[in-house]
Amino acid sequence: MKRILAWLEARLSLRDSVGTMLMHPIPRGAAGPMGWWYVFGSASMTLLLIQILSGIGLALVYVPTADQSYESLVYLNYQQPLGWFMRSLHYWSGSGMVVMVAVHMIQVFLHGSYKYPRELNWLTGVLLLLATLGMAFTGQVLRWDADAYWGVGVGASMAGRVPVLGPYLVDLLLGGPVIGADTLSRFFALHVFVIPGLLLTFLALHLWLVLKRGISAPPVPGKIVDPRTYQEEYEKELKKEGVPFFGEALLKDALFSSLTVIIVVVLAAIAGPKGPGALPEPALLGANPKPDWPFWWLFALLSLSPPAAETFIILVMPVVLIGALFLVPFVSDRGERAPSRRPVAVLAVIVIFAVIIVLTHHGATEPWSPVMGAWSGNAVPEDLVRKSTPLELQGAIVLQNKQCRNCHALEGIGGRRGPDLSGVGIRLTRDQLIDQISNGTPGGGNMPAYGKQLKPAEMSALVEFLVSLRPPGQEPARAAAISQP
Amino acid sequence: MSHTASQTYSPAPTTPERRAFLQWLTYATGALAAAILSIPFVGYLFGALRKHRVRWVGLGPTSQFPLNETRLATFQNPLGQPWDGMAAHMGAYVRNLGQDDKRQDRFLVFAMNCAHLGCPVTWFPQSGLFMCPCHGGVYYENGERASGPPPRGLFHCLWRVRSGQLEIQAPHLPTLLNTLDNPAKA
Repeated sequence: MKRILAWLEARLSLRDSVGTMLMHPIPRGAAGPMGWWYVFGSASMTLLLIQILSGIGLALVYVPTADQSYESLVYLNYQQPLGWFMRSLHYWSGSGMVVMVAVHMIQVFLHGSYKYPRELNWLTGVLLLLATLGMAFTGQVLRWDADAYWGVGVGASMAGRVPVLGPYLVDLLLGGPVIGADTLSRFFALHVFVIPGLLLTFLALHLWLVLKRGISAPPVPGKIVDPRTYQEEYEKELKKEGVPFFGEALLKDALFSSLTVIIVVVLAAIAGPKGPGALPEPALLGANPKPDWPFWWLFALLSLSPPAAETFIILVMPVVLIGALFLVPFVSDRGERAPSRRPVAVLAVIVIFAVIIVLTHHGATEPWSPVMGAWSGNAVPEDLVRKSTPLELQGAIVLQNKQCRNCHALEGIGGRRGPDLSGVGIRLTRDQLIDQISNGTPGGGNMPAYGKQLKPAEMSALVEFLVSLRPPGQEPARAAAISQP
Repeated sequence: MSHTASQTYSPAPTTPERRAFLQWLTYATGALAAAILSIPFVGYLFGALRKHRVRWVGLGPTSQFPLNETRLATFQNPLGQPWDGMAAHMGAYVRNLGQDDKRQDRFLVFAMNCAHLGCPVTWFPQSGLFMCPCHGGVYYENGERASGPPPRGLFHCLWRVRSGQLEIQAPHLPTLLNTLDNPAKA
């Protein structure tokens, strides 16, 4: 055995390269208990490995053509042995990778590890984040269902807003004038060749930088990064009390990665694969497209932003956000690293992630979307009509038939784009109700004008019913006395 | 050793003519190689931009569209590939406005894509509204924006009547800068 190894070493000379890499010294603190903060990068890489393996597995069966891919997905789910698991694993491990990359990024930011001399580590990290999100979007398109079809449409419509070049970008993105076979082939090439190629290149650079610049020591309050002395001190510290990476640190990485793998596999087995959902057939009505969760925050932002600001948000905001991420290590390159001494950094993380989480929650619940089936599916709650007059009952029928429920809930059931109408009788007078229904929100706001859609009899019945929607014992709203100055 | 190396590799103060020529030749050949390799690649990619022929598709006899009602008409879009599968099966909303003074048919034909970001709108005849499930855009029966994020009304398809059949120009994916009634390029 020894002789074989010696024979190989005489030819491969791995001791100098791989051996040195494995044994490269890291700060003692990074191998101690603080080392648990350093496990997220390697876990992201482990999930990437699962993505590559399960992706190759899926490519053995999946058919990337518009007329057959849906069938091949159904075949994977129900007939190919463990095909469902391979799809499920690819989805959940991919989701895990997005989470893990984000956690890794937060850790690096909070510990100030991106500061001198690790600016390029951060930069390549941002590129890896973008590549990961690119994989998430293109992967969603390969799940060639209604969500994929309309999701590409949304992406193309956003690109289509670029001044002058928009129409050409749309055609380039779709591979032609319509969403079809060329679109799917394009996204297949992006998901399987182009973005993975970029991602692995960025990863190689990222790892090279980690090795060459060394792992940053755990931050100590008061210990300041000064580009003039940092390198010298870092090397002195390594020489004095550095420990090899192959040891405590690697053990922590390996344990955490193993736990991650177990969680992802169990999750994949229990939760099962995502989709394919409704058929990718635009003529079919009732599609309710929704992006995958990494894009829910964007989904919410696009729904909640005012029309006038939207093109700006679509075109300028991404440039600003990505630019800001790139600039982080150049704006703050030195100084304190400990989060306890960097309140602005901590606050920034809290604010940014609070915004993302709130938007993501909105994206999950879509309160702005009309509930298309509420008018026919959700009955008027019984207690609201128990004591109604015949005219009020007619009004309740008008309310249902005119699809008011698609946007207005009664006792919390129905759409949530407009306000819940359960207690509207104490908020608006008869005249205000007529005005609101006839003319909608002034200036083309939230509510359409129904003046032309309602006959006078329907209007009076509807208003009668709305006025009756009051908690027991409450008087209807009265117009405030207008005092003329 | 290092002394001789630096002598060997540093360029001579005055480059001999033949070596200068070889250097120049290498740059030129390299540039030519890169160009004849990359031009077809770029051309291939930009093939997606080639103009598509105007194609008319039938939506059925005009008599199947009742006066002042909106109906979803479906058709196979010929602008894609023969292997588009069900993705080529599209719909358009048709509203028959009756005939004008000169006894000419009048129709409104809307693409089903929301003008906001292209999601499919659904027609509700009871309230006379189109509603979009994605971001909540709403339109009136004449296609005008009623509420929500869309910056304009629904996209109008170009239509014509040929021997009793309603036909439309096969629609590309309509976007704000490349609508269907006034195509920026076609």
